[in-house]
Amino acid sequence: MASFSQFGNDLYSGKRSIDFVGRRRIWYIISAVLVLVALIGPWLRGGYEFGIEFRGGSEFTVSQVSTMDQTLATNAVNEAAPGVNPRVSTLGGDSVRVQTDELDKTQTSTVQDALATAYGVPADDVTTSFIGATWGQDITTQAIRGLVIFLVLVAVFMALYFRTWKMAAAALIALLHDLVITAGVYGLTGLEITPAAVIGFLTILGYSLYDTVVVFDKIRENTAGMTERGTQTFPEMVNLAINQTLVRSINTSIVAALPVASILIIGSFVLGASTLRDISLALLIGIIVGTYSTIFVAAPLYVQFRQNEAKMRKHDARVEADRERAAKTAVASA
Amino acid sequence: MAQSTAVKKAWKTLIWLGVIFAVLIGTIAGGVLFSTATWTPKLALDLEGGTQIILTPKLESGQEVSAEQLDQAVSIIRQRVDASGVSEAEVTTQGARNVVVSIPGQPDDATLNRIESSAKLDFRAVLLAGVATPSASTSPSASPDPSLSTVPTATPTNGSDLAYVTPALQAQFDSFDCASEAAEDAGQAPADQPLVTCDDNGVKYLLGPVEIEGADIADASAGVATTQQGASTGQWVVDISFNDAGTQKFADVTTRLFGLQGVQNQFAIVLDGKVITAPTTGGAFTDGKAQISGSFTQDSAQTLADQLKFGALPIGFTTQSSEAISATLGSTQLLSGLIAGAIGLILVVIYSLLQYRLLGTVTIASLVVAAALTYLLVTLMSWRIDFRLSLAGVAGLIVAIGITADSFIVYFERIRDELRDGRALNSSVQAGWKRAIRTITASDAVNFLAAAVLYVLAVGNVRGFAFTLGLTTIVDIVVVMLFTHPLMTLLAELPFFRDGHKLSGLDPRALGAVYRGRAQFRAPSASVTAAKKGSSSREAVKRQTIAERKAAELSASGTGSTRTTDEGKNS
Repeated sequence: MASFSQFGNDLYSGKRSIDFVGRRRIWYIISAVLVLVALIGPWLRGGYEFGIEFRGGSEFTVSQVSTMDQTLATNAVNEAAPGVNPRVSTLGGDSVRVQTDELDKTQTSTVQDALATAYGVPADDVTTSFIGATWGQDITTQAIRGLVIFLVLVAVFMALYFRTWKMAAAALIALLHDLVITAGVYGLTGLEITPAAVIGFLTILGYSLYDTVVVFDKIRENTAGMTERGTQTFPEMVNLAINQTLVRSINTSIVAALPVASILIIGSFVLGASTLRDISLALLIGIIVGTYSTIFVAAPLYVQFRQNEAKMRKHDARVEADRERAAKTAVASA
Repeated sequence: MAQSTAVKKAWKTLIWLGVIFAVLIGTIAGGVLFSTATWTPKLALDLEGGTQIILTPKLESGQEVSAEQLDQAVSIIRQRVDASGVSEAEVTTQGARNVVVSIPGQPDDATLNRIESSAKLDFRAVLLAGVATPSASTSPSASPDPSLSTVPTATPTNGSDLAYVTPALQAQFDSFDCASEAAEDAGQAPADQPLVTCDDNGVKYLLGPVEIEGADIADASAGVATTQQGASTGQWVVDISFNDAGTQKFADVTTRLFGLQGVQNQFAIVLDGKVITAPTTGGAFTDGKAQISGSFTQDSAQTLADQLKFGALPIGFTTQSSEAISATLGSTQLLSGLIAGAIGLILVVIYSLLQYRLLGTVTIASLVVAAALTYLLVTLMSWRIDFRLSLAGVAGLIVAIGITADSFIVYFERIRDELRDGRALNSSVQAGWKRAIRTITASDAVNFLAAAVLYVLAVGNVRGFAFTLGLTTIVDIVVVMLFTHPLMTLLAELPFFRDGHKLSGLDPRALGAVYRGRAQFRAPSASVTAAKKGSSSREAVKRQTIAERKAAELSASGTGSTRTTDEGKNS
């Protein structure tokens, strides 16, 4: 991997530099397309699919069973009413509980009969009822209130720490970008939104902000006291900071993505754990998008927010003038 | 010498880490020996299963529970369950009238009591009170003589009016035995009727109709009373505040009771048909705030405050069934997750070694320490606040690998940057650390902020997530400060790393610095063309100290080409 560390050296010294800031229009278009797809796609597909934890559903209790085998119930329900996401658990010593998406009357009696047949009990021993949402409106309300307060606090924190609200604004826009795209993955793939998925979503929120703060801290360091130095314009300084942290960004995202990718591929496809698939797919996309947005959205946005400030314009103009003079001197001395 | 101080400090820091580990292990060991702690973390409902409790509303006859009341009940019960920790219980409705509570593991009695026993809370004025005397002369039959009148002789004008006490009620009160079966089932009188009941000390009461309902209590808390000068009296009290409706009602009641004598000056706080306390009225409270004082201990004051706060449920419940429930996801999911996570970790190890050569072992060692610390903390919290790992929690911990490893990556990259600038390794480690720790604390502060806000404000699963996030963030900071940095300081002294062996991951030549002699490197900007000068000084510009910046300016202006300003003192 000597070449990779050489790559790092060149990025650090500026010998090799990827123009993230200058080509921002391209990245903005890519992001805009992704966000549009994430917003419109799920709507075209028919909306998000919320799990029974959010919507409530039907519950069947099979009592007096002779076997507690849960797969019997899963298979019976999947055959009688496909696509209703059965969740099976055992209750006490002789009952099986099956929860499904909300079923209508005919479906309910079909499933009831199927369960009775599967476990070899009379239909009377299969009771049915509707259950409410375990993730009720009150949890959602409180979670959203917590999120809003957090975002306000984090904006204040970043504005104070970086001494400019423009970094906070750029970081929050990038965060929104990540969340919309991650949510879009659920809508586009038709994955069921479960409480576990919401937790995955919140994890991405934390990761995305974390990644942005790390890169922004390097930008802060490079641009601190910039007016005293004379060789780089503001966009160039920001771009150099992104390049200098690029090796870190690549390494970190690979290290973060490896275990998640492993869970997605090995855990769910090879070993067949479906709940893991629901969380890890969103996490993987979130990690990739979170890293992408820091470099391609947050940092260029920050440049755009600031470069028209009078101070920045003056600084950049002076740098340009110095350069022209230096070029002339070079020509003269040659 | 600068290094030896750094080295000494590094050893001291590592000892502190050892102390933290010893304390954690000691605490858990103590908990295992003398209490209910275990050496493994507890698992949540989805992975381990637990207990499913079905509650049925206990209503005065003829009343139907509304969907709205049921939703309110779910919300209040969820708060009560969450009050015992972060166990991520599930609370929902079943059919049109039952509430189902699923709690991981075997809930302890305190949790069960909190869910089951406390139900309907209201305030009633005391009409009669007396110590129960189960005299032998009283007939065992609790049913009052049917010939006695049950109709008040005059229409009662307010809740304290003794006209409520009909001869039948008087007889019922007289014969009431607090120890009897009937007393256990008491407390089902309609809200507009008087009630005969007892408190836990065996005092029986004849109470007027409900004056204030529990729902009118906005908040209740336990605290120590203070004098008007603000000095603590050391006496435990319970402060109550009412909502707008409650404030008005409480003002009316206390104004009336304050003017009455004897037991009629008291009002009773009734929870699930039992008097939990019957304080005397010390004045008319019109501002919606009241303080209950008495012979409280800290525990009893807290219990009363909790009862007042969480007891504001408009309906009572009885437990219909309580059964063990199996895991909803099953052990295969957890096992698959763990296997996949382990494979992922091996990949991380391989990648670290490829990227950072032997320096990668520092990453691996740090991750191992972080994992051990997380495991101990999760185990400790399982015991102390009933924290439980759900599948989503496990996934969160796996993502935390990335965030934790990032701290090391940020740190290593900063050290490499310093090396590229031509510093010796030991000074690079210290200089790189100063900048890295700033970035690490700033980014971790954001994560911790998220964790703290969500933990305080959210309920249920979100609260569990906030806990995991906060825990891993703290572990990250602790490990990078108390392990990774001291370890790097010590390794920088080893010839293998110090002299930049090819496999050390810190080879200055591979990093583009030019070797000039032992521990001194010339910046690669020494001989450059005018066109290249921009890039070399750009590199120098990143130096932070004034001395360095000046050196860089010198370099840029061509009068000096080497930067040995601060290397000398470290070599």
